[in-house]
Amino acid sequence: MTTCPPKHELRLQDPYAEKLRDLSYDAANQCVQCGYCLPACPTYESMGKESASPRGRINLVKMAAEGKIDIQKDLAKPIDLCLGCRACEVACPVDVPYAKIYEAAKEVIAEKQEEARVQEERIKKSSNFQSKLRDTILKNVFPHKGRLRLIGNVTWLYQQAGVNKLVRKTKAINQISEPMAQFEKVLPRLEFPGKRNKWGSTIPAKGEKKARVAFFAGCIMDAMMYQINRQTVELLCLVGCEVIIPNQQNCCGALHAHQGLTNQARTLAQANIEAFEQSGADYYINNAGGCGAMLCEYDKLFENDEQWYARAKDFVSKSRDITEILVQYGPLPFQKEYHGIITYQDSCHLRNVQKVSDEPRLLLQSVPGATFIEMKGSDRCCASGGIYNILHFNESMNILDEKMKHVKETKATTIVTTNPGCLLQMKLGVERQGSSSDIRSLHLVEVLAEACGIR
Amino acid sequence: MIDRIRDIVPEERIFLDLSERYSYSYDASFGEYLPDIVIQPSNSIEIAQLVKMANKYLIPVYPRGAATSLSGGPLPVEGGMVLDLSQLNKKHIIDRENLLAIVSPGVITAEVHKSAEEVGLFYPPDPSSSHVSTIGGNLLENSSGPKGLKYGTTKEYVIGLEVVTPTGEIIRTGGSTVKNVTGYDLTRLIVGSEGTLGIVTEVILRLIPKPKARKTLLASFDNLVDSGRAITRILSSGILPGAMELMDNACIRAVENYQPSGLPLDAQALVIIEVDGHPSAIEEEIKQCEELCYQEKATNVKVAQTEEERAEIWKARKMVSPAITQMGPTKISEDATVPRSKIPEMMERLKQIREKYQLNLVVFGHAGDGNLHPNIITDKRNIEEMKRVEDAVSEIFEAAVSLGGTLSGEHGIGTLKAPYMELELGKEGLLMMKKIKEAWDPNNILNPGKIFPKPGQTKVVLRA
Repeated sequence: MTTCPPKHELRLQDPYAEKLRDLSYDAANQCVQCGYCLPACPTYESMGKESASPRGRINLVKMAAEGKIDIQKDLAKPIDLCLGCRACEVACPVDVPYAKIYEAAKEVIAEKQEEARVQEERIKKSSNFQSKLRDTILKNVFPHKGRLRLIGNVTWLYQQAGVNKLVRKTKAINQISEPMAQFEKVLPRLEFPGKRNKWGSTIPAKGEKKARVAFFAGCIMDAMMYQINRQTVELLCLVGCEVIIPNQQNCCGALHAHQGLTNQARTLAQANIEAFEQSGADYYINNAGGCGAMLCEYDKLFENDEQWYARAKDFVSKSRDITEILVQYGPLPFQKEYHGIITYQDSCHLRNVQKVSDEPRLLLQSVPGATFIEMKGSDRCCASGGIYNILHFNESMNILDEKMKHVKETKATTIVTTNPGCLLQMKLGVERQGSSSDIRSLHLVEVLAEACGIR
Repeated sequence: MIDRIRDIVPEERIFLDLSERYSYSYDASFGEYLPDIVIQPSNSIEIAQLVKMANKYLIPVYPRGAATSLSGGPLPVEGGMVLDLSQLNKKHIIDRENLLAIVSPGVITAEVHKSAEEVGLFYPPDPSSSHVSTIGGNLLENSSGPKGLKYGTTKEYVIGLEVVTPTGEIIRTGGSTVKNVTGYDLTRLIVGSEGTLGIVTEVILRLIPKPKARKTLLASFDNLVDSGRAITRILSSGILPGAMELMDNACIRAVENYQPSGLPLDAQALVIIEVDGHPSAIEEEIKQCEELCYQEKATNVKVAQTEEERAEIWKARKMVSPAITQMGPTKISEDATVPRSKIPEMMERLKQIREKYQLNLVVFGHAGDGNLHPNIITDKRNIEEMKRVEDAVSEIFEAAVSLGGTLSGEHGIGTLKAPYMELELGKEGLLMMKKIKEAWDPNNILNPGKIFPKPGQTKVVLRA
């Protein structure tokens, strides 16, 4: 029989296991292994094995911290296959901080992989393509809003020039990668980049001013979905908000934190806290569930830094999702009837982390002419998972195709989400079902903007 | 040998990786045991072949559902082969005409609740883990929950089984009729056998009509003995409530500390009573319950007027488990059960044990059927305290048995209570059970290391 040894008795050879133990062991030991998280976990449902469940993953982190299994060989894969949707945290009866354990594991795995990569490169100058791609994107693209906007602009040009049609016709992209070909098809049709909101600008409230809010533009939203950002600002003005777009804001750092690059996430958070403090706004508004979840947990990044912790706490207390503000200061002045059935897919991070699930539904139900029908499993992850759907295409599609069956049951003509990743995933799901001519996938803001006559 | 297994089960349902094996090394109880191989069989034929092979090579076989067990039922204590049956969940038929459910063992219990209720029927057994646990696991542990008082435990609802025996034969027991006296009642023998006598591969459950309505009240008492008397009075007055739940002062404080819900902190006991049945009948019954509580010196009785108020009352009870785990990382959850007239006496004994061993011991449970849940909150890394916990656990069992009760009402014996079997059953009684085990499983390959104490073992050891 082997039983968990007391912490002080552990003598580990592996410094990474030591670090993992320091970061997560106490949290992992809070788990009483009751299994109540199992039915909430989308990867447990689709993969059907304990190592793909929250209870299983927490146990494996514990085993790695105790030096019983190897961080890279045994722990990395099960952790990597977690979507990070955090539905398990809501289901947990004893409030185990899963995200803390998960992100600690991610961090330690990333560090150990980095070390292995460096060593390997020394030997044969090659490395794992997947992790290289991930690191390049996270380090060199997301923290630079200029570079991201450039990608957006190039995409707009690509679509304008009709290259996309040529690529689809010749199936050129399929030669490179089937997943990439599928993603290419569902990229949003971009509007002229000149219509983007200008950094540092202030947009006055329509009618009586009820609040001053600062808008968090987000990196993907700003680069690729800036039309939704522009509409968000206009909706805020419509309910009486004066909107400022802080100039020095940056990527929220969520993708970095989820991939174990905690220090980079911290640097990005500091830049954002500073930028928003200067805005003097009552609330900090975002329209992306994933970013919002990160923003509302900035305090957790600075638990060992008193000064930044206080500033982060203040930031967190002002952070809001767009739907919360629209309900608080609404109703919206609708002008047009909306046609057809609408269904809603929760953004996991909006629902499970920010605990916002009623507001989006209330807003959709208030749209004149629309019929709102709840789909089965709307609260379960769509398996977009940040860049999970790129890194784990097949696992992600298994979950997505299952979800699309539930969409179909509602006979919805519009499927609505509140996060860019989920939105792309929904578009992909609809495309895979071959029903892109019957079902629109829209951000909630787009639906509201349309019904308010905002183009 | 692995090649032989690959002939029986496809590769993708065989797990040999260390991370996969460690993922089946635990349940919700105590201890960690690494199996050599984990297999997810998809039908009884595969299971029968695997068990036959295990007999040939003497490999221990451990069937496992969702591993929510609090007694160590699925733990692979001797290594060997874990059969994960949670994925054997395809069959789920509700037979409305015959009031039956015919299901695979891996079907989640709450799914049976749901599908029965969709057609106006009812499957009463409701362990608190029913939204996670499998029907197969429930059945082998003979689990139950609050509704056991009025509706009985799992065994009352299982009328037929398909079972793979410990020697790899596929047999059917019972059938689709409520009445069946043909031969020995092997169904009842398998139910509650904790996976030592067979692996269940199909279950026929009896369903009953769903009660039309329910009413709930919450009563506070200044004295535990008063609450016990109120419970006894109600039960002897011709009312059989659907549930009667009890929380002691330590529980009340823990819940209030965890999530303030306006519970009376000075009350020594809270009792939740729920009656179900025809709307006009329960209207009268709940009123009578209220009066009886006041007669037995309840300080306050609150009858829920709306569904929200009812949910609020139950929330306090459901909050007990999470609330008490905030007090320490290790929870030892017992389920010693006494005749219901002995509840006040048992509560008194538990209080003495708490004081004697200076432990964080709280009590809640299903008071109506005498099934109490003394829970000790501790830290398994504290060796000195764990020794006191072991002594306290032994004394809890001794108290229950000496009051005419039993070691376990619903969690099962598993590894944790095995040392105390003789205490309750006596030498001859335990020997009789052993003979049955030996007759069914001559090679002792099915779930070995459970239920029966090891030679000379008379006390649980919780320390590493």
